[in-house]
Amino acid sequence: MAAERTGSRTEIQGRTRWRARYVGARRALLKNPNMALGFAILAVISFFTVFAGQLDRYGPTDLNPIDRLQAPSAAHWFGTDTTGRDIYSRTIHGGRISLLVGSAVAVLTVAAGMLIGLISGYDRRADMVIQRFMDALMSFPTLLLALALIAMLGSSVTNVIIVITVVDTPRMVRIVRSQVLSLREYQFVEAARAIGAPTWRVLLQHIAPNTFAPVIVQATFVFASAVLVEAGLSFLGLGIPPDQPSWGNILALGRTFLQTAVWVAFFPGLILTITVLAINLVGDGLRDALDPKLARRA
Amino acid sequence: MLPYILRRIALAVPVFLAVSVITFSIMQFAPGDPASILLGGDFLLIATEEDIQEAREQLGVNRPAIVQYLDWFTGFFRGDMGTSLFTGKSVAELVSTRIEPTVSMIFGGIFIAVVLGIPLGILAAWKANTWIDRVVMVFAVIGFAMPGFWLAFNLIWLFSVVLGWFPVFGWEGITESFTGWLSHMVLPAISIGTSFMALNARMTRSSVLEVLKDDFIRTARAKGLVDRVVLFRHAFRAASMPIVTIVGLSFAGAVTGATLTEVVFAIPGMGRLFVGAVTDRDFPVIQGLMMIFAGAYVFLNLAVDILYAYLDPRVRY
Repeated sequence: MAAERTGSRTEIQGRTRWRARYVGARRALLKNPNMALGFAILAVISFFTVFAGQLDRYGPTDLNPIDRLQAPSAAHWFGTDTTGRDIYSRTIHGGRISLLVGSAVAVLTVAAGMLIGLISGYDRRADMVIQRFMDALMSFPTLLLALALIAMLGSSVTNVIIVITVVDTPRMVRIVRSQVLSLREYQFVEAARAIGAPTWRVLLQHIAPNTFAPVIVQATFVFASAVLVEAGLSFLGLGIPPDQPSWGNILALGRTFLQTAVWVAFFPGLILTITVLAINLVGDGLRDALDPKLARRA
Repeated sequence: MLPYILRRIALAVPVFLAVSVITFSIMQFAPGDPASILLGGDFLLIATEEDIQEAREQLGVNRPAIVQYLDWFTGFFRGDMGTSLFTGKSVAELVSTRIEPTVSMIFGGIFIAVVLGIPLGILAAWKANTWIDRVVMVFAVIGFAMPGFWLAFNLIWLFSVVLGWFPVFGWEGITESFTGWLSHMVLPAISIGTSFMALNARMTRSSVLEVLKDDFIRTARAKGLVDRVVLFRHAFRAASMPIVTIVGLSFAGAVTGATLTEVVFAIPGMGRLFVGAVTDRDFPVIQGLMMIFAGAYVFLNLAVDILYAYLDPRVRY
């Protein structure tokens, strides 16, 4: 203990702050077993997808026509598809792309949402125009807007990430904006402005950090929705190119064999559902922990 | 009330304009010339330069973008939504043959979401923190995470392939046979409605729970009213505001669900028309459908807001 007391004042403050955060996180997890369950499921699924190369039993694109459309067995845990590809191996490899898309979209949406939301919340004239365009973007059904943008850009992993980011950004903008609108009335913002801080500093240093709780919560829901939209796009054959396995691609093939080989679509869909479920549990937990006011409402 | 409605409409107009600008821009920035798409696309380009020039003139795509935009946008008010590059039919005609299945399915889905989701939510709030509440909420959390099209797979497998209760694929119009229409609609409606049912159940539960703490509920209980009356007459009515909003907003999500569901069940609806148009890069059809869906959403939102103001006078600030 004595060793911990040494160090400069700022170091000690930093350390206590981190300890406080750690204790807070542990308490939140203990208080909310659902969130702990969500984290645990995500950890397992991430483990399988990250180490897919080591944990697969066949190559995700290995053709084996003799063993095609096999029901689940000891040799093929999730069965095989029309060309004899092992669905278990494809599912864990497919998770890489699906989770990559989900996390990339979550990060990009936070960045775009913060940028546009800060401007919109602070500048009334820009706000009018920005908000009408955000309202307009939100008027399109999610999948249809994504499809139209895919028609414009063409389908690839990068474009799928861009397209879903465009679709998910308006809701994030709205959340950041409403935070900014209430924060700008606080005295600490007024104080910052009074000592002559330029607008960008007021926004970035004083307002932005305080918007973070609802932004993080929304980011988890964006993650979940991005995984679902990717699956939808790829299922329609307009998302991830078919030579790369993603959960949506595997499901797309399963549709054709619904009547004879239900397992082709069943297991990848089940893993997808469990993943989205886990992300939502974490999101709900974070919301309850970070924003007690929101927790009462939903 | 009237000033509020007018103000609300005045806000919806710029949104609709922005919708049209976004829709039009997507086609303007898309690679590929509509004229060469019309003449067989990049792969099959046997048309000469003159042919393409002529097609450009016919389509009017050689005019400045702003002129094209104005012509296209005012077309909606003249009942002209453009012409499909592939089939040569007008977009209005294509849509009119596809509208029935999509609208039936969306209403079917929202119907299921409302008649099952709201009572389940009330039940969960009434029995809060009991096993009944937990079962309903577990069901809601799972239903919300499940992709509708994957649920559709499982429904087809169980009810159509194994049990043989419903047809596997296809569609039958309501005018041809009511029972045929109903049997083709049940599974798609469940596929679309489940996630909204889950959402409705959660929303209803939390807003009823919130209201149940209020003084007027205690008063109602204290004067000896039975639980059922307190729940439905007092608590649910007061809690119905957020639920109205959610049901109104469900529409856009239901279109997404319907698109995927139409593909799974091979139903010739507007969603499949859209997916086909994206595959073929048939931009007039894509634009027309985007305008229809977004316009319907803007209009529904307007209706919900006005309904909201009617139900709750405090909204009419």
